[in-house]
Amino acid sequence: MQDRKIAAEVAKSVAVALYTYPSDPMTENNFWLKKIEISVSEAEKRTGRNAVNMQETYTAYLIETRSVEHADGQSVLTDSLWRRYSEFELLRNYLLVCYPHIVVPPLPEKRAEFVWHKLSADNMDPDFVERRRIGLENFLLRVASHPILCRDKIFYLFLTQEGNWKETVNETGFQLKADSRLKALNATFRVKNPDKRFTDLKHYSDELQSVISHLLRVRARVADRLYGVYKVHGNYGRVFSFWLFPMRGNCCESIQDIEASLTVELKILTEEDFWHPSEIGENNGIEWSAIEKEMGDGLQSAGHHMDVYASSIDDILEDEEHYADQLKEYLFYAEALRAVCRKHELMQYDLEMAAQDLASKKQQCEELATGTVRTFSLKGMTTKLFGQETPEQREARIKVLEEQISEGEQQLKSKNLEGREFVKNAWADIERFKEQKNHDLKEALISYAVMQISMCKKGIQVWTNAKECFSKM
Amino acid sequence: MEEGLVQGTVTELNGPRINQVICQERASQIRMVCVHTHHLKGDPVADETPWSKDQVETDLILPNGGTPAGTSSPASSSSLLNRLQLDDDIDGETRDLFVTVDDPKKHVCTMETYITYRITTKSTRVEFDLPEYSVRRRYQDFDWLRSKLEESQPTHLIPPLPEKFVVKGVVDRFSEEFVETRRKALDKFLKRITDHPVLSFNEHFNVFLTAKDLNAYRKQGIALLTRVGESVKHVTGGYKLRSRPLEFAAVGEYLDTFALKLGTIDRIAQRIIKEEIEYLVELREYGPVYSTWSALEGELAEPLEGVSACIGSCSTALEELTDDMTEDFLPVLREYILYSDSMKSVLKKRDQVQAEYEAKLEAVALRKEDRPKVPADVEKCQDRMECFNADLKADMERWQNSKRQDFRQLLMGLADKNIQYYEKCLMAWESIIPLLQEKQEAK
Repeated sequence: MQDRKIAAEVAKSVAVALYTYPSDPMTENNFWLKKIEISVSEAEKRTGRNAVNMQETYTAYLIETRSVEHADGQSVLTDSLWRRYSEFELLRNYLLVCYPHIVVPPLPEKRAEFVWHKLSADNMDPDFVERRRIGLENFLLRVASHPILCRDKIFYLFLTQEGNWKETVNETGFQLKADSRLKALNATFRVKNPDKRFTDLKHYSDELQSVISHLLRVRARVADRLYGVYKVHGNYGRVFSFWLFPMRGNCCESIQDIEASLTVELKILTEEDFWHPSEIGENNGIEWSAIEKEMGDGLQSAGHHMDVYASSIDDILEDEEHYADQLKEYLFYAEALRAVCRKHELMQYDLEMAAQDLASKKQQCEELATGTVRTFSLKGMTTKLFGQETPEQREARIKVLEEQISEGEQQLKSKNLEGREFVKNAWADIERFKEQKNHDLKEALISYAVMQISMCKKGIQVWTNAKECFSKM
Repeated sequence: MEEGLVQGTVTELNGPRINQVICQERASQIRMVCVHTHHLKGDPVADETPWSKDQVETDLILPNGGTPAGTSSPASSSSLLNRLQLDDDIDGETRDLFVTVDDPKKHVCTMETYITYRITTKSTRVEFDLPEYSVRRRYQDFDWLRSKLEESQPTHLIPPLPEKFVVKGVVDRFSEEFVETRRKALDKFLKRITDHPVLSFNEHFNVFLTAKDLNAYRKQGIALLTRVGESVKHVTGGYKLRSRPLEFAAVGEYLDTFALKLGTIDRIAQRIIKEEIEYLVELREYGPVYSTWSALEGELAEPLEGVSACIGSCSTALEELTDDMTEDFLPVLREYILYSDSMKSVLKKRDQVQAEYEAKLEAVALRKEDRPKVPADVEKCQDRMECFNADLKADMERWQNSKRQDFRQLLMGLADKNIQYYEKCLMAWESIIPLLQEKQEAK
């Protein structure tokens, strides 16, 4: 536990990252054009009352921002405020609605998933909170480094204005713009001329999501097994440690402990479980122990190395969790990617509906003008049944229709324009995203390989030490 | 030290014991001469000893027949058991008898199915008419040999045979792995006897190695078997010894502990193998997921494929490690667990002999007034006990030595195998780093 705290302490001090914003001349007049350091520096457990006045416990995160104004890089603390996870969620939902063409960075998972079973899945678990703190910080940095999102006012206020922020967000009325799920679902099945690029992308994000989640699941199992292999070696450590001593008292118990741990679940060895040679009196100097002594000394020190080996896995797997988190971010990115595709489909659907509407109006207009009925319609039936309208009535109707048509054409034109604009912007962001993804994942793979290398080196080191001990037997 | 002990008992000996002791003495002389001739090759001094002729022949033959082991199974040449064998050679014991077990064959008859093993013997000893023999024996025959040795050399520690049925019938007795593991164990058994200064001269052993038809010999030996059996049985059962020599008293307790510890190590090793196999199963699934992923990607395809290949190499290395553990590590542990039983049974026999002697001595003490002199049969009994003690002590020392060496080799082998495993993984991971980094820079 002590170690964890120290580790968290270290993480805090290094997690501060510096992001500079593009000095695009277009945004020269933007109030938000300054260099800022953002960090989520602390997490704190709190108890409060929720909307229905129920007691609840939650974790609040301290966001610190520093503006870097001087050339010498000195930073001044400008703001520090507390936010909870739900506020991050609100921010992200807002961004999602307001920037439909952007692959909005995902938040870290709400609940721990895909973890190897030795890690706690509890939301209040310090390890989980710490990993989430890093994840939230990463989210803010991703938004801040995004060329468009970083200029958002609500985001700026999120970082700088503690009170009333929620109200300000809600005032933007973004909820109204949110598309209903039903409509979105409808669109998915109805779009007649889907853009191949987007269907491909949607397909890709589905596959990416499934492959990464599969990968994470298997990795968690791999980690579990690896943990087992290492920990069982710790039992060698115990047998070797008391090789010298006859089976009495503690020793028998230790053997029984090992046997128990081997048959049932893996037992993590604690300090108390170890056999301390100093506790043994002088009266155990049986002749055969003396004969075994040469062997026993070697074994005893080898036992120590086995202990080291068994406990080294904790750090190794903890490091690996970071890799898992990196992959997880992209698992959630896949969802964000899909959201953009869905937006596009929705837009395409709207466009197609408008076009369809316009086409039918045009047809009606033509029918009225020529007096022919090309297709069977209710209107056609009524005309046949109740006789012809007067020419005046017909003129009036044609006029109304023509107005509607021109309005519709206008609308279609603007929708087309909007759609083209969306595709252009969305594709630009997707390209940006792809580049970021390739870069990040390569980095992640390199760091994973480096982790594996260090694990191998540790393994070689420990076994070389153990071999040295064995050779002295 | 061993020689001194043996010679000390020789002078007091008479009767049937003399042959054995002479054998032992001869064996030790051979050993001394070996060392001698090795140091002074071609020195005329070597001719002064009566065994030098044999010795020179041995030296000449060594290069040709020096390592007859495992010609039919090349894989075994790198195995731990063979390495242990080689290390024994280095210890300065030069052999004039070489025995190997190889070429297992399955025999299917109407009544039963069984495996026979080829036993090849090369020797320069005068007891062997031919320089080379090759016979086929089955497990039963080994069992017969072992019980014969126990009968005819009751004062010696007889090496253990592998269990008749390993691991509760789950194991297929005719599977390749089982047969190979057993072959190695039987080979080890014969090599241990071959190395023994007394057991290697046992006539049953000689017959076992050379007889064309062992069954005929076995039938002939039945009468003898029943007689010896009786003579052992008549000794008192629940007699409490007055003063068991300290070294033997401690050994009993020691053996219990030893067997318990080894049992634990054995179970730990098995558990580790089990964990490793499960780990392997997961790894085998883990690697291909990266391949699946790489099929989706453009620029990332190569790095992901690299990681997949890397995990593949690690899986292969892990499989080798678990195979080595199963084939080389576990059998040695098993042999020593069985050894502790052999040791216990020989200790029991020793206690019986002592009990017999003490009983007789007591009886004499009761009649002390009548006869002031200790009768001859009591003296004989004492001799018997002392011989037993001396033989057993020597064997125990031999055992201790080989145990220490075997365990050192065993554990160093374990460490080596693990180091090799990590080195293979390390190489695999290191090889993909430049692949990942170059791409990064090229961009």
